[in-house]
Amino acid sequence: MRSRRRDGSVGRSRLWLRDLVSEATAGLLARPSRTALTVLGTVLGISALVATLGLARTAGSQIVGQFDALQATSVTVENRTEGFFGSGPQISRIPWDAEARLVRLNGVVAAGTITRVDTGGELVRSVPINDPLGQSEFAVDVYAASPGLFDAIGATLTTGRFFDDGHDTRRDPVAVLGPGAARRLNITRVDQQPAIFVGDTTLVVVGIIDDVRREPVLLDAVVIPEGTARRLFGLTAPAKVAIRTELGAARLIGGQAAVALAPNEPAELRVVVPPEPRAVQEAVESDVNTLFLVLGAVALLVGAIGIANVTLVSVLERVGEIGLRRAVGAARRHIAAQFLAESAAMGLIGGIVGASLGVLVVVAVSATQQWTPVLDLRVPLAAPLVGAVIGLVAGLYPSWRAASLEPVDALRGGA
Amino acid sequence: MEAVRDATLRVDEGDYVAVVGPSGSGKSTLLSVIGCLDRPTSGRYRLTGIDVGDLSDGELAALRGRRVGFVFQAFHLLQHRSALENVEVGLLYNRTPRKRRRWMAREALERVGLGHRLEFPPRHLSGGEQQRVAIARAIAPRPSLLLCDEPTGNLDSKTSEAILGLFDELQADGLTLMVVTHDPQVSRHAHRVVEIVDGIVSEAS
Repeated sequence: MRSRRRDGSVGRSRLWLRDLVSEATAGLLARPSRTALTVLGTVLGISALVATLGLARTAGSQIVGQFDALQATSVTVENRTEGFFGSGPQISRIPWDAEARLVRLNGVVAAGTITRVDTGGELVRSVPINDPLGQSEFAVDVYAASPGLFDAIGATLTTGRFFDDGHDTRRDPVAVLGPGAARRLNITRVDQQPAIFVGDTTLVVVGIIDDVRREPVLLDAVVIPEGTARRLFGLTAPAKVAIRTELGAARLIGGQAAVALAPNEPAELRVVVPPEPRAVQEAVESDVNTLFLVLGAVALLVGAIGIANVTLVSVLERVGEIGLRRAVGAARRHIAAQFLAESAAMGLIGGIVGASLGVLVVVAVSATQQWTPVLDLRVPLAAPLVGAVIGLVAGLYPSWRAASLEPVDALRGGA
Repeated sequence: MEAVRDATLRVDEGDYVAVVGPSGSGKSTLLSVIGCLDRPTSGRYRLTGIDVGDLSDGELAALRGRRVGFVFQAFHLLQHRSALENVEVGLLYNRTPRKRRRWMAREALERVGLGHRLEFPPRHLSGGEQQRVAIARAIAPRPSLLLCDEPTGNLDSKTSEAILGLFDELQADGLTLMVVTHDPQVSRHAHRVVEIVDGIVSEAS
């Protein structure tokens, strides 16, 4: 059973792993409150790190989620030179059939032009005569749109209908009102075909918008068909194109739209595509993370110093125990192993408790913000390991001190 | 610095040797060499025929773990462990399986008359009982040599006498005993008395 070496000498003494674990556990439980306080630093550090990583990930996902819902399918095309809308002397590169050209592209759900109409400063009123007693004339913007615009910007109606290709082609004097404009002009129903007057021009209101997802200027405007604007107000060219794409097709369409609209000089058009979701997420995460990661790292460093300190004090207090263990057959490495195991166990406990607290923080903050908590599973799983490694490193010097004690001195010095 | 010079000492199996001398005379150096806690800087020391000068730190540890039992003036019991667990520590490092450790520890405690105190922590035991636990821990691995450093230094004379009676019994069972002491009450029980003064070892016959 006993391995004998050389001239009958007994082999080396040994300590089984299971015994090492139970000795280390007993050592930690001998002073439970001290162990708990020592672990606290690591708990704070690890929980700060886990919570930071989790919250950054969670917040990043929420923002990206909003972008997904609204902007990831939005592409707009404008003339590169800004300042003029519509009827100025400037040459627009956007053709009248922009809508037809764009919906042919695979991935475009809807497209439409939108152009501000220069009415020459004329005010808009809903009664044919000027009432001197009450205000009946308003400075309301007039916009020309192609029929597909309403779908492209996600417009919804309160009542009535949008104008269509027929109105546009026939250049009918019809208008759709934004909710703000309708309120000011005191128009709530369209079944009686109410009329509004832009200067001397009469327009029949066919619908009232409820809300739009994009181009909020239309909420307070009079929208007329593009053909009508050309006939009545001398519109020379569309100024802007709004495109709604399939999910994920926005960047592809962004690359194709300019060529489709102005094959000869695509560079003259400015295409605005939504930012890459991943880039947004990374930007948000790195902003939020840096500060808290630094704080967490500082807390971990303090925790490690705490473990090192307490383990060193423990070594000095347990000099007698160390001497005794040496006397009953422990080699230096067994003493070192025991103190390393104790400090690593403290780090491990700190890591487990810290990871749990960090996850709780992420869930609690998400609950108050009504976010969906998102956590990389590897973070809480790696946290106990990080804690154990920190404890192990912190225990290196104290356990070396313990192992290098001479047993005779230890036995006579300790109580 | 040489603490002990020209020491020639032969201890046979079953001997009961007291080592006496004033403090600072080299007793603790002799103790650490005999107990395999340290190697002699010159000369040779053999324990049951094994020359300790050839051994590594780990082998030396293994040798004292099996062949030498230590009893100290300060008992050196682990305060937060029961009597049984304290005795088990004496078997922890010498390849004794866990179950067998428990059994051997119980047997050793019964041998020193503490079979009824197995689960008591040291603070609930009297000084004499604590020293009995320490003796049980030392004899549990069935060592060749029981090495005692002022074993009665912290005990009153009545308790000391009981401990010395236990030593007599253990010696009668065939255990080799070596007791470092300056207490004449202890050395009276020994069969041989070795005196050490300024590092010189001499034996009174």
